[in-house]
Amino acid sequence: MSNQTAARPMRGPGARGPVGRPDMKINKDTVKRLLGCFKDFKFHMIFVAIFIILSASASVLSALFLETLIDDYITPLLGTSGTEGFHDLFMALVKMACIYAVGALSGLFYNRIMASVSQGILKNIRDKMFSHMQTLPIKYFDTHTFGDTMSYYTNDTDTLRQMISQSVPQAMNSIVSILAIFISMLRQSIWLTLFVLLFLVLILRIIKFIGGKSSTYFVRQQHSLGDVNGYIEEMINGQRVVKVFCHEEKAKEDFDKKNDELCKNMTKANTYGNILMPLLNNLGYALYVAIAILGGVLAIKEVPNLSITGIDTLTLGTIASFLTLSRSFVMPISQVSQQINSIAMAIAGAERIFSLIDEEPEADNGYVTLVNAKYDENGNITESTERTGQWAWKHPHGDGTLTYAPLKGNVVLDDVDFEYEEGKPVLHNISLYAEPGQKIAFVGATGAGKTTITNLINRFYDIADGKIRYDGININKIKKADLRRSMGIVLQDVNLFTGTVMDNIRYGKLDATDEECINAAKLANADSFIRMLPQGYNTVLSGDGGGLSQGQRQLISIARAAVADPPVMILDEATSSIDTRTEAIVQRGMDALMHGRTVFVIAHRLSTVKNSDVIMVLDHGRIIERGSHEKLIAEKGKYYQLYTGAFELE
Amino acid sequence: MIKKLAKSVGEYKKPAILTPLFVIGEIILEVLIPLLMAELVDKGITEGRMDYILKMGIVLIICAILSMFFGSAAGKTSAVASAGFAKNLRKKMYYNVQTFAFSNIDKFSTASIVTRLTTDVNNVQMAFMMLIRMAVRSPFMLIFSFAFSFKINARLSTVFLIFIPILAAGIILIVSKAHPLFRRVFHTYDHLNSVVEENVRGIRVVKSYIREDHEIEKFGKISKSIYNDFSKAEKTVAFNMPLMQFCVYSCTIIISWVGAKLIVTSGGTDLTTGELMSLFTYTIQILASLMMLSMLFVMMTIAKASGERIVEILEEKGDIANKENPVKTVKDGSITFENVDFAYSKNADKLCLDNVNINIKSGETVGIIGGTGSSKSTFVQLIPRLYDATKGSVKVGGVDVRDYDIESLRDEVAMVLQKNVLFSGTIKENLRWGKADATDEEIEHVCKQAQASEFIEQFPDKYNTYIEQGGSNVSGGQKQRLCIARALLKKPKILILDDSTSAVDTKTDALIRKAFAEEIPDTTKIIIAQRISSVQDADKIIVMNDGKIAEVGTHEELIEKSPIYREVYESQMKGAQDDE
Repeated sequence: MSNQTAARPMRGPGARGPVGRPDMKINKDTVKRLLGCFKDFKFHMIFVAIFIILSASASVLSALFLETLIDDYITPLLGTSGTEGFHDLFMALVKMACIYAVGALSGLFYNRIMASVSQGILKNIRDKMFSHMQTLPIKYFDTHTFGDTMSYYTNDTDTLRQMISQSVPQAMNSIVSILAIFISMLRQSIWLTLFVLLFLVLILRIIKFIGGKSSTYFVRQQHSLGDVNGYIEEMINGQRVVKVFCHEEKAKEDFDKKNDELCKNMTKANTYGNILMPLLNNLGYALYVAIAILGGVLAIKEVPNLSITGIDTLTLGTIASFLTLSRSFVMPISQVSQQINSIAMAIAGAERIFSLIDEEPEADNGYVTLVNAKYDENGNITESTERTGQWAWKHPHGDGTLTYAPLKGNVVLDDVDFEYEEGKPVLHNISLYAEPGQKIAFVGATGAGKTTITNLINRFYDIADGKIRYDGININKIKKADLRRSMGIVLQDVNLFTGTVMDNIRYGKLDATDEECINAAKLANADSFIRMLPQGYNTVLSGDGGGLSQGQRQLISIARAAVADPPVMILDEATSSIDTRTEAIVQRGMDALMHGRTVFVIAHRLSTVKNSDVIMVLDHGRIIERGSHEKLIAEKGKYYQLYTGAFELE
Repeated sequence: MIKKLAKSVGEYKKPAILTPLFVIGEIILEVLIPLLMAELVDKGITEGRMDYILKMGIVLIICAILSMFFGSAAGKTSAVASAGFAKNLRKKMYYNVQTFAFSNIDKFSTASIVTRLTTDVNNVQMAFMMLIRMAVRSPFMLIFSFAFSFKINARLSTVFLIFIPILAAGIILIVSKAHPLFRRVFHTYDHLNSVVEENVRGIRVVKSYIREDHEIEKFGKISKSIYNDFSKAEKTVAFNMPLMQFCVYSCTIIISWVGAKLIVTSGGTDLTTGELMSLFTYTIQILASLMMLSMLFVMMTIAKASGERIVEILEEKGDIANKENPVKTVKDGSITFENVDFAYSKNADKLCLDNVNINIKSGETVGIIGGTGSSKSTFVQLIPRLYDATKGSVKVGGVDVRDYDIESLRDEVAMVLQKNVLFSGTIKENLRWGKADATDEEIEHVCKQAQASEFIEQFPDKYNTYIEQGGSNVSGGQKQRLCIARALLKKPKILILDDSTSAVDTKTDALIRKAFAEEIPDTTKIIIAQRISSVQDADKIIVMNDGKIAEVGTHEELIEKSPIYREVYESQMKGAQDDE
């Protein structure tokens, strides 16, 4: 996996991927796309909207009712001893109780629906990210750090969760309340409402200023949080090395620097965030006083009052209730302002998530597919729906005809050039042919381009120039999935998955029986050590097969490839950590399995490649020697030097 | 747990204590302001007294400014305190992790340590900020409002005594239902992360076996279970708000009815209309603070799990610690194993090392050969005391490794691990791990020895080439050579290579060993290798088999007497001998 990587672009210390840039710019397209995520929940959202309107209206009505309670019900009753007045009050309270019930129930409904919506949207986004990630070319994974990719699923999704499940309903609720109160205010007095609007402009400016500052620092905080987390991850992963080098003090020092930076940004972000609420609340009080004074002046001067219900004089009662309204008006505004940070962070997170989803998937224009084949009595190939153990390439042609060609494992590279990065060619004029049943080996110094060739054969990367043919078909025409299905790859760096040993072997062929898996393990000489594990084949491996040694992991990965039983096998330093004695046993097994099939072997250990049919010696991306072991030894070239190098120590 | 965590407040005690004080100031004003407002309306507006309006207006504005001051100050100090708390917590944990031995790391697993240092600290920090702001705010608000409402009318206020328990019971019910769900969700999150992690790391495997759909299905299942649990939990929590509304609304209606009757029958002497209005305000304040308390409670329970996980890290004692008065100097590079047994876990029924005895003289070159799983790595890891022997004694320079100051010991015993790691930073920075103040000449010198200078010189930035995280932009063989150079820079008395040249070609491998022999003849060199050629010129070769030393001797001796060695040798040499 890492053998060709020397040619990869080297990124400077600052390049840590698109982690939230500290500048705060809300991208309109991101917002639009984010809203688009609600599409699948249209009906839900309609109900949510209705219930929010009901719930918000109920609380506005409640505020208004308390106003009228005294003026319309209690004051008239004062002085009278009549009980009939209480009847009206009773009826009014019953009416209110009904409204309250509707309000509370609506609140319950929209909260519950919103729970489904927000989790549903998150699930969709997660699933979409993951399934899209599966379509990305290897290049993506080679050029992005693991930590960056992980944070899409953790931090970024989490910011979205906060926004969708809290900020969105909160904002909707507040908007409805603000509107309802605004209308009520207009009913009372247009002059005073205009004054409130004027004041609102001031409030919004403050929100914009402080909110903007706080969002900036919140995004910056996310940035340094990513930085600290990344550092922690790297260090803890390398903790064993830290220990071996007694590097603890230095590790602490660097950590402290980053940690302090985070603390600084976090303090600023939270300070601005925390200040906003008290500021707005108290401005609300100032507004209250201002209205009282203004209203008092207007009332005393007997200025005619204009309201949407008509013109009358501004009564003191009107001012009193207007004052109460102004309190309810400021409240939702400051509540919404509390959500600014989480919205800003969510948009930054969404932007990153969308950037992943927008990442160009691996192109696949292949149309030649691999099908199960059956031979009829004339020796012609026909397609079969069941597993026959024989495979054929199904090749549709431009003229609408279909031809079938048997899968043999014939691989030809014709004058192939390749570069990972423009201007830095890694392979030059590589030509080679591999007949079915042959074992082809690549030998060469690290960085010579051995792994790169195999990366090209299974199209992890696409060649720049030349042609690769597989059973006579240009591999560009073969569907990638089918191309890869026909090849087994065993890499030096073994990746196992959480699950039992059996599951891991079965990864090669999902419908393999236990017996097939065990046979594959026996073939890979893994059976004996697997049986020594606490639960044998049912031992759960976690954390990438933690407890196993590198060699044991390689054996399992060979078993995994063996169970897949592919016509072409690529072994890239597959036995590098296995002792030679075990390797010899494994090799015998593999040779038996791969009899009549094509095998590519990459190894620096010459004993691994010695019995190959053809050995290619690579140097700086060129094939400099080719031939059998005997031929190359006889030529006394580079291979001879390499080979004898092991023996000329004295 | 709280005590343990609270220690991390450290130098931020002042803001942490100031915050609640400011909050109390803010609350007093918050309770006072509505009263002043009522005054302003009752006496100013209703009676149309402009002078009173102005007077009360000024008082109100002053109160608002004060309240703004207290509020902002509390906001600021709480931010300082909580960010500082998190910083200290992270630092303490990180520092403690630095004292962990390999066995401690094995116990927690790397991934889990990372989550604890990141996500869990964040959770606790949030909770802490809530705590210093809200934990004072809500009870005080509750008490003040309750006191005021009792002062207004004790009989009417008894209604709260009915609804507070109802609300409290409801909240407890909701929380107790939701809490286990949340716990499960967080657990599943870990699972989800590990699936993504494995997928990204093993993407070549996924793609070459065309298991994309299988992976998507696997992910989908977990994603679905998060969806199920999380939405269930949120749906349970959704009862909170309506419950609160139910209580507020019920109180309002009861107070309206009883209050109205009271006003009317008493003719406004027992209760005034203004007081009735204030009661409504207090209703909301009382129940809202109760709600706040419940939220606080929920936050705390979520944070509790995180807190526990953090404390586990804080309390974990490194399995390997210095003795009192440790030996600070390592005399020479001799190594002795006396009846050493070793097992990774106490209740393992099979020993990884079984009665190992060996004597290695200072300056010797020792090769170790053995099959996969024969405990070669385990054997050498005991020398720099990465693990402690279960039984018996490992001696370096004639002194038991447990008697050394660990740092002194490890400074003299350099080890190149099998699973080695480079860190993001330049090549130079990475190499300086071996010796912080190494000069450029020293660095170039060890790189020459490790046969790394050639490829380093080919990089455009040479020794300043930036290494990506995990060393992903150098090849396996290059990485190994850099790691060897890094170890050489320490100028150790003992150098251990744990299969550290497996990705290096034989010729380079030989050159490295030649450099060892010429440049550091006094250093004891222990080389674990698969290749016979890597060890055959060693002074002593140890053949390991199944946790035991099967045979010790020189190459020639072993060819004679060790069937395992002979077999390994033959499997590697046969072709060559045919040719010669």
